[in-house]
Amino acid sequence: MPIEYYTFLACIIFGIGVIGVLTRRNAIIIFMCIELMLNAVNLLLVAFSKMHYAKAVASGQQDILTAASEGQLFVFFIMVVAAVEVSVGLAIIVMMYRNTHNVDINFLNRLKN
Amino acid sequence: MTTQQIIFWFLSVVAVFCAIMVITRKNPVFSVLYLIITFFAISGHYILLNAQFLAIVNVIVYAGAIMVLFLFVLMLMNLNKESEPQKNKYMLWSGAIAGGMLMLVLIDAVRPEQKVQIYDGLSGGDVGLVKNLGTRLFTDYLVPFEISSILFLSAMIGAVVIGKKD
Repeated sequence: MPIEYYTFLACIIFGIGVIGVLTRRNAIIIFMCIELMLNAVNLLLVAFSKMHYAKAVASGQQDILTAASEGQLFVFFIMVVAAVEVSVGLAIIVMMYRNTHNVDINFLNRLKN
Repeated sequence: MTTQQIIFWFLSVVAVFCAIMVITRKNPVFSVLYLIITFFAISGHYILLNAQFLAIVNVIVYAGAIMVLFLFVLMLMNLNKESEPQKNKYMLWSGAIAGGMLMLVLIDAVRPEQKVQIYDGLSGGDVGLVKNLGTRLFTDYLVPFEISSILFLSAMIGAVVIGKKD
């Protein structure tokens, strides 16, 4: 299975997330599309980690595990940041809903009022 | 066609289809449910790529915790009805076309230089198991790990402060 397939898949999912952010107006769905983009990037990082593993095996490198686990650790930290982002972002959305009784972003185009 | 390729195509089709359903459904609750299916498909990809720990963390954290949080907020704000009248068709089409253009550019930009075969005749081994990743995490990446704990603490305090009724 060539690595191109994984880059295609990740780019397609990322593009779907971008289209969702640009076309939808519900704030929560926009937030979910951001999660979708984060997952596409995670998938690409894991695929490249596997690619480095394959290259390390092919070139007879000594510390194969070190070469392959960098990308997966990066994905771990991205998941941490995503969880933090969701908790704060949903709190902000709840606060906005309490003020305007709506989560449509067209009503939120000014910071004042 | 080997078994791995069949699983790859099945998971890819499920992930892309459910991702499209996420952005096209009118009802936000359906979007959340389709997003959970997408996350499960991506977890299947992780298992296929020998990232077992990340697959389990993806299911627990994303499909378990974060999506429940989304669903909780949706139900709390009573948004589970079909809302969102789309009044400007031009904005919708321009957004879709711009996103599609970005997708095409990305597909060409991220393409690797040479063809590299992954998981053909590779055992994969224990790269993605807890033992290897945990050892790396607590030796080489100890400082970022501790900083992320402080980040969690600050996010917790921030969420409480923002969500508090004044």
